Amino acid sequence: MNTPNDLLYAKSHEWLRIEKDSGTVGITDHAQSALSDVVFVELPKSGRVVKQGEVIATVESVKAASDIYAPVGGTILESNETLSSDPGLINRDPYGQGWLFRLKTDSPKPTGLLSSADYATTLPH
Amino acid sequence: MPPNAKESPLASCHHELGARMIPFAGWNLPVEYSGLLSEHRTTRQAAGLFDISHMGQVRAKGKGSLGALEHLLANDPAKLKDGEGHYTFLLNPHGGVIDDLFLYRLQADDFLLVVNASRHAEDLEVLSKQKADVSFSGAPGSTAGMALQGPRSNSILSQVIKSESKNPPPPARNHISKYTVAGHEVLIGATGYTGEEGYELFMDREAGPKIWNHILNLGKADGLIPCGLGSRDSLRLEAGFPLNGQDLSPEITPIEAGLGFFVDVGRPRPFTGRSTVEAQKKSGPPRICIGLRGQPGQPPPRHDYPVFLDQKQIGKITSGVPSPTLGHGIALALVATPAPSCGQDLEFEVRGRRIPAKVTPRRFLPKK
Repeated sequence: MNTPNDLLYAKSHEWLRIEKDSGTVGITDHAQSALSDVVFVELPKSGRVVKQGEVIATVESVKAASDIYAPVGGTILESNETLSSDPGLINRDPYGQGWLFRLKTDSPKPTGLLSSADYATTLPH
Repeated sequence: MPPNAKESPLASCHHELGARMIPFAGWNLPVEYSGLLSEHRTTRQAAGLFDISHMGQVRAKGKGSLGALEHLLANDPAKLKDGEGHYTFLLNPHGGVIDDLFLYRLQADDFLLVVNASRHAEDLEVLSKQKADVSFSGAPGSTAGMALQGPRSNSILSQVIKSESKNPPPPARNHISKYTVAGHEVLIGATGYTGEEGYELFMDREAGPKIWNHILNLGKADGLIPCGLGSRDSLRLEAGFPLNGQDLSPEITPIEAGLGFFVDVGRPRPFTGRSTVEAQKKSGPPRICIGLRGQPGQPPPRHDYPVFLDQKQIGKITSGVPSPTLGHGIALALVATPAPSCGQDLEFEVRGRRIPAKVTPRRFLPKK
């Protein structure tokens, strides 16, 4: 499974890309593969304040609805509106066009997240 | 995988095909190969092959077999002629569903019951209590089974059986016959769980892999692909078919599930659970299963979501899915009677939000 080096990871399979005081969040390649075809997403409105670990979005495949947890606390800046018409972007490009939302982070150095190498060890071989 | 999960006789085939496996009803089974959506669409447009080896194949043999089944099953087995089958229920004394199953009469004093994996052991326990001259055989894991489903299934099956000149033509709907396929004896019934034309094939465990590969090879030209439990579930729900453990349970009668057509109270003899289902057929059940449709772009309905009519909760969704064919959510819901009628608006609750839905017929697919 692909786990890019420049990202931070939550054990619950979200990734976080830090850019100065903001962050972009999505789900990992492993998560999209386990969910299989995503057919619906529910994303947060901008301005919403979220704590680390809080349920902030839902990604649904045909089989099931999966909660997405905020990997870091902050204030939502924007959600990826393209996903409402093309949720399959999450499967096709989980680390790129399939991003879920951007937020202004509470802390420039979030804690409790894993490096690419450490996250990779949590995955089934 | 949980310890002691039963392996399908087709496990090596699934491994070779790169299937993703999940635990299901005590078995380790493929949930998808190429992807749930493509498997779903291919079954609707061409054909899919499903491993159903987990489903129990129980044989009832003996002079007392018909009498025993008449006493136990809600649809009247005496209606079946040799080579015919029908959908029926094993009920508890309160009329609740222990199992829903397909019963075939192979010949006089010889029946095949195709039962759910999750209820197989319990079915055998209930069946074996019969004192009449009947023996029930078919322990979990002793057989292999596969379902060939889709508009191309007849063309594929015809090729599969034509190599043996003695083979009869493909069975007619709800009929079963004996065939020789790749040197093995196979029972083939014309039924299925997808809403498409299709067949279910039953054989010895050892014969499974050879026949699975044989059918996949012959079916390639017709677009046949292997399909997992994921698409099996979305396909069956689009067809309005119930899943035991969700839409049916020991607390739900077949009348409440809207399946009274398969409960025969016109016959004189008693059967387990008869008084409840007979009374419900006559005066109506306290709850009834309805179909719901959501809207595109709204969260899909799921199992256990509450259902509201005019701000009052009237029941719960028993099965729900974003329909790959229709592009909106569909669901079966068990609601209090009198139930809202087709076309009426109601709501279901998703993550604290009320989502609009409409009551629809339970067969969600448009008629062909």
